[in-house]
Order: sequence, then C-alpha cells, then structure tokens
Amino acid sequence: MYVAVKGGERAIDNAHAWLAEARRGDASVAGLTLAQIREQLALAVDRVMAEGALYDADLAALAIKQARGDMIEAIFLIRAYKTTLPRLGYSRPVETAAMRVIRRVSATFKDVPGGQILGPTFDYTHRLLDFVLAAEGETPEAPEADAAPDPAPHVLGYLDREGVIQPEADGDATPGDLTRAPLELPADRALRLQALARGDEGFLLSLAYSSQRGYGRNHPFVGELRIGAVAVELDIPELGFAVEIGEVELTECETVNQFTGSKTEPAQFTRGYGLVFGQSERKAIAMALVDRALRWKELGEEDTGAPVQDEEFVLSHADNIQATGFLEHIKLPHYVDFQSELELVRRLRREAAAASEREAAE
Amino acid sequence: MSDYNFAYLDEPTKRMIRRAILKGLAIPGYQVPFASREMPMPYGWGTGGVQVTAATLTPDDTLKVIDQGADDTTNAVSIRRFFQRVAGVATTERTAEASVIQTRHRVPETPLTGDQILVYQVPIPEPLRFLEPSEVETRKMHALEDYGLMHVKLYEDIARHGEIATSYAYPARAAGRYVMDPSPIPKFDNPKLESPAIQLFGAGREQRIYALPPWTRVESLDFEDHPFDPSKAEHPCALCGARESYLDEVIVDDAGGRMFVCSDTDYCAGRRAAGHRGTEAAA
Repeated sequence: MYVAVKGGERAIDNAHAWLAEARRGDASVAGLTLAQIREQLALAVDRVMAEGALYDADLAALAIKQARGDMIEAIFLIRAYKTTLPRLGYSRPVETAAMRVIRRVSATFKDVPGGQILGPTFDYTHRLLDFVLAAEGETPEAPEADAAPDPAPHVLGYLDREGVIQPEADGDATPGDLTRAPLELPADRALRLQALARGDEGFLLSLAYSSQRGYGRNHPFVGELRIGAVAVELDIPELGFAVEIGEVELTECETVNQFTGSKTEPAQFTRGYGLVFGQSERKAIAMALVDRALRWKELGEEDTGAPVQDEEFVLSHADNIQATGFLEHIKLPHYVDFQSELELVRRLRREAAAASEREAAE
Repeated sequence: MSDYNFAYLDEPTKRMIRRAILKGLAIPGYQVPFASREMPMPYGWGTGGVQVTAATLTPDDTLKVIDQGADDTTNAVSIRRFFQRVAGVATTERTAEASVIQTRHRVPETPLTGDQILVYQVPIPEPLRFLEPSEVETRKMHALEDYGLMHVKLYEDIARHGEIATSYAYPARAAGRYVMDPSPIPKFDNPKLESPAIQLFGAGREQRIYALPPWTRVESLDFEDHPFDPSKAEHPCALCGARESYLDEVIVDDAGGRMFVCSDTDYCAGRRAAGHRGTEAAA
C-alpha cells in the first residue's frame, strides 16, 4: 500500500536544524566573530557588499558567516534584506577624483601627478603558502609614511585635455534605477553600468577575458586604477544643502582603448569604465572591458557577434542571484511535467513501433 | 505577527505590483514588465507568484499553496509558512475554502469560483522564448501579432512525430490576441484556463506579470485537422478511483512496479472521505 509522501514540514525543520549544526562545525573550535570576518576576510566582505549592492561591512560579515562562506548565498541574503529597506533618497554623484587613495596605478604613463601608489596589493607577492600564518604567527607592522599630500587627478583627464580620447559628455539627466524599474532593452549606459556593478565577478571576468582573446576585441590599457574612500553626500531638502552622511570604499578602473576611427568617429582613444564597492580590481577591470565592448554601436564599430558585444545577452545573464536561482530550481519537483513528457514519449514510441510492424507486414 | 510589513513587501512596492496586475487584467495575456524585488527565497522557487500573492492578500484571506498539485510538497510548505509568518493569514489545504491559491505546475481539479484568485508561479513567461531567445525580438513579435514561428514549430512537430509534441506549458491564445505561456502546467489543465476565477501569473526573475480575467476565452493553439487534445494516460487513481483527474506515476518497487495516484492531494483526499476507493486504497 502506497502512502503519499507526507511530512514536508518536519523534513524542512530537521533539515534546517542539521544545516545550523553543520554551519557551526566542530563546537570545540572557537566560533568566528563578525569582527574577525570583517577584518580578516575583508575582500570576501567587499564582494558581498558589491554584488549584494548594499554597503554595510557588518551585515556582509554576518551573511558570510550564515552562508558558511558560500559567497553567492551570502550575496543573496544581503539582496533579500535590501528588499525590506525603504529608499530614502539618492546621494549626489561621488567625487572619485577627490578619493583618499590607498592604491593608484596607471599602466599608460610611467609617472603621473599624485604618483603611482602600489598600496596593499597581491600583484608582486610570490604565491608561496605562508606557513607562518598556519602557525598563527603575528604579522609584523608595515612601515608608515604620511598620507600622500598631493592631489591625484584622474589620469584620463590629461588625454582628454589633449583631445586624443573620446570626450565623455556631462549629462544632467537623472539616471534610471535598475532596482526600481524593470530593465527594458535597449538599456542606456547608466543602466548597463548599474547592472555590471552588481553583476557576478566570475561572469564579467570570463566575458572580459573572451574579449581579450579576440571575441569582440577592444585593445584595452588600464589608464588608471584607484582604490580608496570617497565621501557620500545627500541633499537634505529641509536644509537646502548637501550633508556628508558617510564614506564608502571604491575601486575605480578607467581603461584607454585603442581605436582607429570609423565612419562616424575620428581616430581617437575610447574609454571603458568600472566602479565597484570595496577592493576588487579584478571586477573593476573586467567591468571596464565589458562596458567598452558594449559601446560598439555608439562608436560605430562592427558587431562581430561576440557575446560580450550583445547587450541583451550580457545584461540578462550577469546577475548571479537570478542565475543561481534558475539553475538550481531544476532540483525542485517537476514530476507533473515529467509525467506528461513520459506519457508523450511512450505514446510516440508505441506509434513508431506499430508503424514499423505494419511496414514489415507489407 | 512579525516585524515585517503585512505580507513582507512595503506598501509602495505592493502598489507598483497591483498596478501591473490591473494592467495585465486589462490586456489579457500581455506580459507587463514590473520591478520585481529580491525575495527571501531564490529565483526559481516562485518569487513572481510570491510577490503577486503578497500584493493580492488581505488580512481576511485564506491562502492555499500547492506545488505539483500537492499541499505537502516541501516548497509549498515553505511558501505557506512564509505567508503565515509575514502576513498571519489563515491557510487551508481545501481548494473550496481558499480565497487565494498559489500554484506551481497545476490547476486544482476542484472547479474554482468567482470568489477565488489563482496565482501561478512562472519560470519563463515568454511562449516564444525557445523559438527566439531575444526579448527585444519577441516583444516585437507580440506587438505585431506575429505568431507564424509558433505555428511552424507546431506544424514541424506534426510532420516529425505525427502530433504536437508539447505536453506541458502548452501555448494558448488569450481573448483572441496574445499568445501566452500558461506556466508549466500539463496540457491536461489547459481547458481549466477558462475559469470564473481571476488568474494571475507572476515571473519574478523575468520581471513580468500577466493575467486572465474571469471567463476570458483561452484557446490552446492547434490546427483544424489536428485539434488540441488534453488527454492524459488512461488509468484510474489507485487511491480514490478517479478517472478524470491528472495522475502522478509512482514507482513502488525495483521490479518495475508502478501505480498512478491523483496529483491533486486535496481532491484525492476529498474523494476518499466521500467513500470513493481505488485498487490500492486501505480498506
């Protein structure tokens, strides 16, 4: 006698209890504090803030802890939390030229006003496992210097003033908001950049890489890459002026892309732009390459059919929360649909077998 | 209750969704873009249906949630619990007692009434998607009422297999105009799309809402010489003996033994309570 599968509620409760226990791991090992995650897994926290599109390091640390280190799960927790927050207003555009930089490099000029500042980078480390860390040795203090006193204007400004790079017109149009209106295509550049800024790092990395390997090539140089803190200012209508409400750390990448001119544009360099919460050079550079590739139409370039040039393809598949949800949902029950397919296949096979029998008989 | 606003979403968001629903009701089968929110369950788990339900519920409603026709499948349990927690509404497993029913992949067997709203969870709202991957193109095709591609597909099915080889998510035309995806319900359920109830379709990830007002004419696509056939396998339910309900096939041993039981658990339980018995029912 068949008993219908019951007990969904109890199964869910038990699964959650098991998950909580597995998350904690061996109880004889000290539990992680949010401060430890925030301070020592800072780049993980940054990625969760960037792709979760919510700048709050403590919440991101909590999400990472709750998600057992699964980054997309942590990003998902932040996104779902964000849904419950009211939208109080929009900040003024942040002034990245006034950034308090901790790192700033240009690959196009040997030296630039404000200097090249390596900052806390992995770039020239030898990737040798450091067993001192395994032995829980303490890290010696880094040497200190006074904060760079020189202003560090944007490197691309020099090319701009010379007229050799495509100018970026100031617009006073209010950009759309991807989180408040459904994405409709074609999207303008502001919306594309919003989507890329919260898009999946791995997806953008692969797309940008594909463009470097020839699928929609756009010859990029890193004109400037900078990381640092910028002030966030909000206009307060009751006061009639803007008030600084906090600071966010950003990674900004501006690429200079070779361009030889087309029917509509004289020979000049062109630009790609990447801006990401926290420290994520990989994401910022990838974003700039993808942004540049998506601009083929406005620059009168040829559509080579490369995935990175296809706005609808890129924007529809960049969000890892959408992607992971739809991918993983196929593990949910589909037995009603499968049953209808099964019956169809059986019937088609019966009919085919009957037809070949008839043929054999003739 | 909880610290969340009634039914989780804030009021401006619910208003935005209600506007999309009203527009959808005004243009049956037309996919209305809406600013879908990130919900606390993953895309693909019914976020579109959950948002439509959240915007539709009032504190006096009685909610039923089914997945594959059953109230006790894990995701149905999870969504029902979500609304118990964030909306505090009454819930039921009885189709006839519910004022709002959220469903995945089935239409209840018990006929719905004009007092009910059926909310479908939709994975891919675009019926033309697997013929044309670009949304820009498919929206154009709908605007021009250009459904030739779909008819060619159905014709090719007949040429190749002798019949239309689509058994679920079978395309239908609403009010003689828009071709719509009825969500992945088996084609057996398509005739139930003409209903006295309001039917709302929510696709969260794809940011689309569409609707069928009560008694909208809904024609499953077919040809004069190959009329639409909503048939199902010829078995009675092993538990309640029903011959007119959609059945799940259950493998009962490793010797190829199988049995067929109603996919609609409430319908099956109701029939058994009324004394109907199938071959495998406990005495």
